[in-house]
Amino acid sequence: MNSVNSILELLSINPPGWGGVLLTGALATLLISMGAYFLGMVLGLFGAFGKLSGFRSIEWLLQLYTTVVRAVPELILIIALYYAGTDGLNRVLALVDLGPLEVNGLLAAVIVLGFVQGAYMTEVLRGAILAIPVGQLEAAKAFGMRPALRFRRVILPALIPNALPGFANLWMGVVKDSALIAVVGYQELALAARVAASNTKQYMVFFLAAAAIYLTITLISNQIFTALEAYYRRGQRELA
Amino acid sequence: MDFSWVASYADLLVRGAAITFLLLSISVSVGFALAILLAVAQVGAFFPLRWLSRGYCTFFRGTPLLIQLWLFYYGLGSYLPFIPGLRASFLWPILREGFFFAALALTLNFAAYQGEILRGAMASVPKGELEAARAFGMSPGKILRRIWLPRAIRIALPTFAGEVVLQLKATPIVFSVTVMDLYGAAYKIRQDTLLVYEPLILVTVFYVGLTFAITQVFQKLEKSVPSRR
Repeated sequence: MNSVNSILELLSINPPGWGGVLLTGALATLLISMGAYFLGMVLGLFGAFGKLSGFRSIEWLLQLYTTVVRAVPELILIIALYYAGTDGLNRVLALVDLGPLEVNGLLAAVIVLGFVQGAYMTEVLRGAILAIPVGQLEAAKAFGMRPALRFRRVILPALIPNALPGFANLWMGVVKDSALIAVVGYQELALAARVAASNTKQYMVFFLAAAAIYLTITLISNQIFTALEAYYRRGQRELA
Repeated sequence: MDFSWVASYADLLVRGAAITFLLLSISVSVGFALAILLAVAQVGAFFPLRWLSRGYCTFFRGTPLLIQLWLFYYGLGSYLPFIPGLRASFLWPILREGFFFAALALTLNFAAYQGEILRGAMASVPKGELEAARAFGMSPGKILRRIWLPRAIRIALPTFAGEVVLQLKATPIVFSVTVMDLYGAAYKIRQDTLLVYEPLILVTVFYVGLTFAITQVFQKLEKSVPSRR
């Protein structure tokens, strides 16, 4: 067993401690998660409005997207998209006589996870839009508001409180799913912990440290989302 | 698309599917039993247990399954050989395998999520029913066994199918600790044959098929449990 001192030494920021590596990994985890989250939100917004648009073909395509992404295990999706994405890109590049491209790992991770998030976001946002009382939308139309204005003034403010619990779940989900990126070899927090652990043979110390960092991220996020929901629900009647 | 490899790897694939199914069954059944304990501890009056159970759920729900898996496999696994007598015992062949740690991590993780759901379900059992049970002179244990838990499980049942599907989708990461589950089989086929997509597509069809089967089974189960709304 280690003494407290040698554990602290292992976790110190400067080499030979591995704290710096872990924190860099944590930063990469946050970047990947945030990037994927916002990409997913944009995709989800388009997806939700597409699903409610009334065009059969668009609805059908989006149904396929959300069903497939939500039915296939995340790890398989990530690996398939990671390889298929880079492979496809290089084939396209080869067609226009350009050499293969080394895809930036961070960017690839963001796109892959964002694509997955987009499917879940579509469903959350669709539900949140459907929960808006129809009368409010009709009133906005009756006032002669154009779609953009209607979205900004009526739909968005009414949608946010409905969607926030789902958003919170998805954020926790993407932080935890970002660990799967370790499997395709990009050094975020989980892989950083693994590298540190296998170099020092102190597996328990580093995986517990990584778990503590993840826990800190999720607990702080939880507080933020609780506060956000309280803010956006101000003035609303309390549920019984 | 080239699927000519399927015949020569059929054995590996079937064994992988069996391991995936086994991991799912173990983690769901044992995890559910653990979840009941966790939920009861959280609604109970004994505060150290309540506190412990809440901490457990927070930890396992707040960290990635991958980290938990590696923590058990590499972390715990590196201490096990130092426990005197364990290496000589009959348990050692089991404790040495990645499968044991995969099942452990999946079970504990499932228990945390399910425990939180059951806690919410127990809290939403109508107070009147519990008061009626008390008025009948039932002891606390009997109330729990006859009224509180059955009602809570009935309330939580619609979410259960979804949780099991999520659990199924979580299983492929066990390949990272050398377990040859269905995804592990696909990974090996990819290494052997250099085919990237075909093995992935095949195992994906299996996962989606199993997902469909799970939702069907739970729909039947839900219909078979009497309920009055």
